[in-house]
Amino acid sequence: MAIELQELNTNALNAQGIQVDALDDTTMVINMGPQHPSTHGVLRVVLELDGEIIVRATPHIGYVHTGIEKSMEYQTYMKAVTNTDRMDYLSAHINNAAFTLSVENLLGIAPPPRGQMLRVMLMEIQRLASHLVWIATHCLDLGAMTVYFYAFQQREKLLDLTEMISGVRMMPSWIVPGGLRGDAPEGWFERAKEFVDNFPEALEELENLLSANPIFRERTQGVGYISVDECLGLGVSGSTLRAAGVDYDVRKAKPYSGYEQFDFYVPLGEFSDVYDRFRVRMAEMWQSREIIKQCIEKMPEGAINISDRKIVPPPRKELDNSMEAVIHHFKLWTEGFHPPVGESYVPLESPKGEIGFYIVSDGTNRPYRAHMRPPSFMNLQALSTMCVGRLMADVVAVIGSIDIVLGEIDR
Amino acid sequence: MSLGTFLKSTIDGANALRTGFGITFRHYAEQQLKTKPVDTIQYPEERREQYPRTRWRHVLTRYDNGLEKCIGCSLCAGACPARCIYVQAAENTDEQRFSPGERYAAKYEINMLRCIFCGFCQDACPTGAIVLRKDFELSDYTREDFLYTKEMFLEAAPMETMIPASTIGAMNRENAAK
Ligand code: SF4
Ligand code: SF4
Repeated sequence: MAIELQELNTNALNAQGIQVDALDDTTMVINMGPQHPSTHGVLRVVLELDGEIIVRATPHIGYVHTGIEKSMEYQTYMKAVTNTDRMDYLSAHINNAAFTLSVENLLGIAPPPRGQMLRVMLMEIQRLASHLVWIATHCLDLGAMTVYFYAFQQREKLLDLTEMISGVRMMPSWIVPGGLRGDAPEGWFERAKEFVDNFPEALEELENLLSANPIFRERTQGVGYISVDECLGLGVSGSTLRAAGVDYDVRKAKPYSGYEQFDFYVPLGEFSDVYDRFRVRMAEMWQSREIIKQCIEKMPEGAINISDRKIVPPPRKELDNSMEAVIHHFKLWTEGFHPPVGESYVPLESPKGEIGFYIVSDGTNRPYRAHMRPPSFMNLQALSTMCVGRLMADVVAVIGSIDIVLGEIDR
Repeated sequence: MSLGTFLKSTIDGANALRTGFGITFRHYAEQQLKTKPVDTIQYPEERREQYPRTRWRHVLTRYDNGLEKCIGCSLCAGACPARCIYVQAAENTDEQRFSPGERYAAKYEINMLRCIFCGFCQDACPTGAIVLRKDFELSDYTREDFLYTKEMFLEAAPMETMIPASTIGAMNRENAAK
């Protein structure tokens, strides 16, 4: 009976062009996803099981492929920023910054100190928001539902900050080549300060709910082990790599946007299991809060944008009395700017790992090629290594622990 | 398992449960006694706070004297990453004046299904005519209903500056005939 079922299953999968070739007759191939509540979007994992033990786990992706990188090639550099929001939709500011820094590298410009620091602050706010979604959904997968509500309560405050400055909660497109689209509004820093002051209490609560909980520990400790060599071989980065004990955080290793001015440390794990990834991300949240706090204290005065009118549109009040400003304004919004011929890649630390845009410019106003290094995509490749030999229920814990966003994987 | 370890793990488990449920009950009590603000709201009776920069449904604004700010320059259409704005400009004449400049937008349409609310149109508009405001309840039944026209975007004019609807109809017919 089992073998017949197996054959049916295999035939159905083969018909869809998915090679399963089960190792032998005693194993069974089943689908997890694409519509599975714990696969964080539309990820499908084809599992080969021996009893309840996993022999192979193959992720199948592409269900939300939108060709978004291709469509970036038909937008001017300024407008292409809006596409980056929609890749990793949980860390929009950081995607914007990744694209922007790469373009700025091509142009050879950098915004003034206030612009830089405002960017750092937005990026850290985004990192916290992303990590809060991660802990909420990860724990929901493991059956700890309460955490979800408390984490989202805090995230709401962070999204409010994003909404105050940019006008929307999720897709700000606020970090653009040359600086930002606007300075912080009145009362923004006070709101941020209020958040920074109240956050430790909430974060401690989340930690208390989980770290001592025997059920959570049973489900996570020793699960999803991956060695350092395998991590490096597969290109794994971010918290998953740091949980394996590798001290690699782009913010420290290759500082950008002035991260070298901040006082923070990179938390590391030692056992490289799901529980360690949880601890590392929790510690990262404390560090992000620390950076936001330092930003509020140190925020310099001055401009946020560079003054080159060939790249950044002039301020609105100049439009009324300067013909030159009007010409620049029209030219920028219709044609945009032309970076010199060349290519560029600037790595950044996103909540998921190392992110960066590889941009090729042919001297026109649109990127000849824009390709993202998606950290979730690289990290997902480690899924099989982490799951083999474990129970099927562990797959859920492992997927949660590598923190993937399918919008970024498929693009 | 020896009795010792059994007892120990039971006590540990009970302690962890106490911590966990303690937190849950504290939140429950806080909400019941209203010692902390409640984060959930009863939409649609209650609305959450919206901020001055909120980017939702577009509005075509007017000057205080009732003239439209839009001059039909199509820069918003050029700046739109979703290419969802269509502007058709027409000439103002001295008798039929819609905007202060030479031209005004005879047609102004946005396909709201394509719009991504990025706000670039607002940033690009040289006169500040198109702005994104706070109305976010945009659901509708058919796709056609999402093709918003100029009449839907235009701010209501101050009463005393209103042009009678019949005149506008006549002007539109004239423009169409041109
Ligand atoms: S908000 Fe953006 S997508 Fe929508 S009409 Fe304006 S420019 Fe186009
Ligand atoms: S809304 Fe502004 S940018 Fe668009 S056509 Fe009118 S004046 Fe030009």
